[in-house]
Amino acid sequence: MAKFVGRRLLHLLPVLFAVTLLTFLIASLLPGDLAYVMLGDQATPEKVAALRAEMGLDLPIWQRYGHWLWGVLHGDLGRSFRTGETVLAAVTDRLPVSLELMVIAEVMGLVIGIPLAILCAVKSGSGLDRFLTGLAFGKLSLPSFMVAILLIYLFAVELNWLPATGWVPFAEDPLGNLKSFVLPALTLAFAEWPVLMRVLRSDMIATLQEDYIAMAKAKGLRPARILLVHALKPSSLTLVTVTGINIGRLIGGALIVETIFALPGIGRLLVGAIYARDFIILQGVVLFVATGFVVVNFIVDMLYAVLDPRIRHGRA
Amino acid sequence: MAVLEIDGDTALVSPVRKQQRRVGVLFVCAVAWIAVIGLAAIFADLLPIASPTDMDLLARRAAPGGNHLLGADHLGRDELSRLIHGGRVSLTVGLLAPVIGVLIGGSLGMMAGYFRGRLETFAVGGVDVLLAFPPLVFALAVTAYLGQSVLNITLVIGVLSIPAFTRVSRAVTLSLSEREFVTAARALGATHARILIRELLPNVALPLLAFFLLGVAVTIVVEGALSFLGLGVPPPTASWGSMIGEGRESLDIAPWLAFLPAGFMFATVLSFNIVGDTLRALTDPRPGTL
Repeated sequence: MAKFVGRRLLHLLPVLFAVTLLTFLIASLLPGDLAYVMLGDQATPEKVAALRAEMGLDLPIWQRYGHWLWGVLHGDLGRSFRTGETVLAAVTDRLPVSLELMVIAEVMGLVIGIPLAILCAVKSGSGLDRFLTGLAFGKLSLPSFMVAILLIYLFAVELNWLPATGWVPFAEDPLGNLKSFVLPALTLAFAEWPVLMRVLRSDMIATLQEDYIAMAKAKGLRPARILLVHALKPSSLTLVTVTGINIGRLIGGALIVETIFALPGIGRLLVGAIYARDFIILQGVVLFVATGFVVVNFIVDMLYAVLDPRIRHGRA
Repeated sequence: MAVLEIDGDTALVSPVRKQQRRVGVLFVCAVAWIAVIGLAAIFADLLPIASPTDMDLLARRAAPGGNHLLGADHLGRDELSRLIHGGRVSLTVGLLAPVIGVLIGGSLGMMAGYFRGRLETFAVGGVDVLLAFPPLVFALAVTAYLGQSVLNITLVIGVLSIPAFTRVSRAVTLSLSEREFVTAARALGATHARILIRELLPNVALPLLAFFLLGVAVTIVVEGALSFLGLGVPPPTASWGSMIGEGRESLDIAPWLAFLPAGFMFATVLSFNIVGDTLRALTDPRPGTL
């Protein structure tokens, strides 16, 4: 196991390095110069030159990358030139909101997906199974911003049950806080359940054909007990991994959902930085999100290896 | 969100294959819808419809029917015309971006799978790095720096689709390279270029085409998401995504302004998914999928 972790860690470092390089290079795609953007209308050649020198923009690109990376490694991702807020503070401020959203969404996805998967596996090949599998396929063509609009129309405009926007901190109003998360989390959960259902369904169909299930049936155990105790656990290996991998996709989904429902999370910070042309914040958030994504994938890899020893010994 | 990643996810799904006839009907409907929307987009300028940017301020948020067949938006622009012209943007980006992926990713993957060695290590490493970025974050960041235009959006989504195509074409080439006909060609003294183009390419092309169609579906969604956030094709150019975004503001008084473009986009994406998935099922080398 230690050897496996070591090998994966060796793989992780170059990827992380490449992520910083790519993030830095994206920022250098900006036509013109950051100094022009920062000075805006007041840009005179002298002022631009002075600011460029102050920010080190006149150095060669590899030197700028070196300075930037050195700062990043010391936790200094720069600060917004509009609000003066440091990138680190901005990100840590918004992170809890995004995490809460993702956790609630994933739980909702599992709550919808697992029972449907069990239902499909038991009645595999039936009309219900075909209907639900078809529905899951159709759902892939329904992006989350459409789901969000449908949910807002249904629950906020027509029924007036839940707020479409209006986030309150958990400490101030726990119930209001949770209420403001229902629609956004449901939107994300709608993207999750088809994936989770499909994975668990196919694993469960395979498990149900095992000898020990026949044995359990022969012993006269109740079907519910066979399904939930004997079949669910050995079938959920892939489900665990997919749940982990989904975190990466949730980050992308959260971006849109947070913007639509006005939740002050990382996604909204990023989109807001683009609207405001606040490129330092943008660069910092992109680096943060990409790094988080890589690290989460790494942890999922590890988790998978712990759950399934074949991965450790076979070709990983 | 599943739809933003051109990876195994979409490729793994398959509609029910037991009922051959129903899939057949769906397939025909999907092709027909793509044909209708494609022809409308190509001949948009010749069709007897209003201009997509002319404002009829008396008809702001007019309901469907009357002068404007499908109503008018918040600036009194004809909704049907905007839907058709929006389809132009979606289809242009949707068809061109995966072409970049197929050409670069496809050939890179073929060479990696055929020559192996250092080239393969390099290609797989590069793919891993590109996949390390959440796709939508990457797309948003790059268009923010490059500036919003149809060309830039196509390029960004195209680059994003390279890793997926590299993976597919490498995997298919890897298994094909072991086959007898490649050994036979080599024994006859065929050059690498000849083997790659005459022997391998015809066999890799069909799986890549199936994946290309799934890529079109994903691309349309990504373009839609960017435009929805107001970070895609700049106004006043109509795009399904931006129309949904604008329609969101008036969900309470004119819900069709959001639902019409959403319906068009859903039908188009679903059609490409159905066609792509049917093709994939036909070309999948794994036994038992037919």
